Amino acid sequence: MAYLVRRLLLTIPILLIVSVMVFSMINMIPGDPATVILGQEAPEEAREAMREELGLNDPIVVQYASWLGDTVRGDLGDSLVDGAPVLSLILQRIPPTFQLALGAFMISLLISVTVGILSASRRGTWVDYLGTVFALGGVSIPHFWLGMMFIVVFAVGLGWFPASGYVPFFQDPVANLYAMVLPVIATGLRQSGELTRMLRSSLLEELGSDYVRTAFSKGLSRRFVVIRHAVRNALIPFVTASGLQVAGLLGGLVVTETVFQIPGLGRLVVESILSRDYTTVQGSILVIALTVILVNLLVDILYALVDPRTRVQQ
Amino acid sequence: MSKPQSSGTVKRAPEEAPEARVGSPGRFATLWRRFSRNRLAVIGLGIVTTMILTAIFAPLLAPYDPYGQNYAVTLQSPNGTYLLGTDSLGGDILSRVIHGSRISLQASLTSVGIAIGLGVPLGLISGYFRGFLDEVLIMRLIDSIQAFPFLILALVIAAILGGGLTFAMIAIGIGFTPAFVRITRGQVLTVRNLEYVQAARSVGVGHLPIMLRHVLPNSLPPLLVQTTLALGYAIIAEATLSFLGLGASPGVPSWGSMLYQAQSYLTSAWWMAFFPGMAIFFAVLGFNLLGDGIREALDPKMQS
Repeated sequence: MAYLVRRLLLTIPILLIVSVMVFSMINMIPGDPATVILGQEAPEEAREAMREELGLNDPIVVQYASWLGDTVRGDLGDSLVDGAPVLSLILQRIPPTFQLALGAFMISLLISVTVGILSASRRGTWVDYLGTVFALGGVSIPHFWLGMMFIVVFAVGLGWFPASGYVPFFQDPVANLYAMVLPVIATGLRQSGELTRMLRSSLLEELGSDYVRTAFSKGLSRRFVVIRHAVRNALIPFVTASGLQVAGLLGGLVVTETVFQIPGLGRLVVESILSRDYTTVQGSILVIALTVILVNLLVDILYALVDPRTRVQQ
Repeated sequence: MSKPQSSGTVKRAPEEAPEARVGSPGRFATLWRRFSRNRLAVIGLGIVTTMILTAIFAPLLAPYDPYGQNYAVTLQSPNGTYLLGTDSLGGDILSRVIHGSRISLQASLTSVGIAIGLGVPLGLISGYFRGFLDEVLIMRLIDSIQAFPFLILALVIAAILGGGLTFAMIAIGIGFTPAFVRITRGQVLTVRNLEYVQAARSVGVGHLPIMLRHVLPNSLPPLLVQTTLALGYAIIAEATLSFLGLGASPGVPSWGSMLYQAQSYLTSAWWMAFFPGMAIFFAVLGFNLLGDGIREALDPKMQS
């Protein structure tokens, strides 16, 4: 319990620093929001009036405080490009990103747990060798390029899947899943490389420990020892690693969504950066950062539940 | 994963010092012997060496001008004249891929250099002094930076700075910094209370000399591994930023900007995307194999 309280308290300064970072990052982007809204041709007086209206002439601390106040109440401002509320823009973009992230995460878990266990429990054999090569390939391949090659082979060449685009799930579930197959696998494969390596090495460490030798010497079967003893312990660091990968996964989706032209949150960040839509950039990176913080918090809590040592040590 | 290493100051009998250190010449031979026994590591070293040599001798190796455009030969598939085909502007893909190694290598060295320059001192200070500076300032800042996915952080920083290859390198460097802070700090924490550091402190050695001469050398092995792996990731990161239009400009023969260009021709000219991507893959694979090899050579327990 004390650990949980401490962990929650640690989140507060992080949230504050993140909010300052998001706020000041956007204020550092070159260019004047008033010009973005009104255009280059607008007279200086109009732009000045717009700056006044946006509060850009206030001291920076006042600007931050009023931005933070609005943000906490769920008001992320309006898009500088089309005037739509940023929050609703973001909410529209969440379903495809969530679906992609979840799918890629499941694929990466499935692959890495299978390959990792096979690889470590048959150390030094051709199975291990193949697993190692697979994992190394996974971490070395640029996944957006993998996505492009998937398009070339499976969409253009074989015509099995659409090359790009997105259909909302509730509009046409079949078309939606079809469109998601290639991006989900491309991203999932990339993520699984790192997790496979992680699981293999932590499982090898467990398999070399005394309790495993004791279990073997009791005459327990190999399968039983690996699954019931070693894998259980090896999964503890693996859970953390896979949770921490969520940040990388969300970042990676920026390019996946670009390659497959999926209107997700990552694509929104890129589009709004390129169109200098500061408020939208600000809102979307804030939502992404909050998601990462929340996931990390959940992972730590889960870790404490799985591994009692964490609770005692802290 | 790697255990605390012994320091450079304490002399130990050879049989008591099973772990190799970086720096002393005898150790280097041992490390090299362990490294060269690892076939994958040697392959990695071979790939990285080839990449470096390609970058150095690019003008001699490339059959055509990498910036050359010839509208008579646009979008040719690989053939006898253009081994890897031509792009939409009639540029020779092979020459552009060869020259691309220069940009990738330069981007990767610069950004990792920035990450080391920022991350190692911060990690040293944080781990050595502990307390408020460590717990409240530096580590919370690092936690906060890590709340942003690396790529999104790099994108926003590149956008703040104005786009272009130079700024992309700085953005990637800043994005990599937290990893270097954490590794250095972790290593410092394992040695700061060891006897030889306390001994140095008790005879009045100042903080800076202790950090530089006694604490830092201990952090070098994991840092070396991290640096090698980061050099590989930086290549992907640069390619990604260029692919999104915030790195090298489209005309420049960088692997990422070639992929950016190839995106519009996926249905008609697969070779435009295939070869630059393969170049990235092999370069990154090389650094990963090399990094793993160094890690295993430094930590014999990891060896199979």
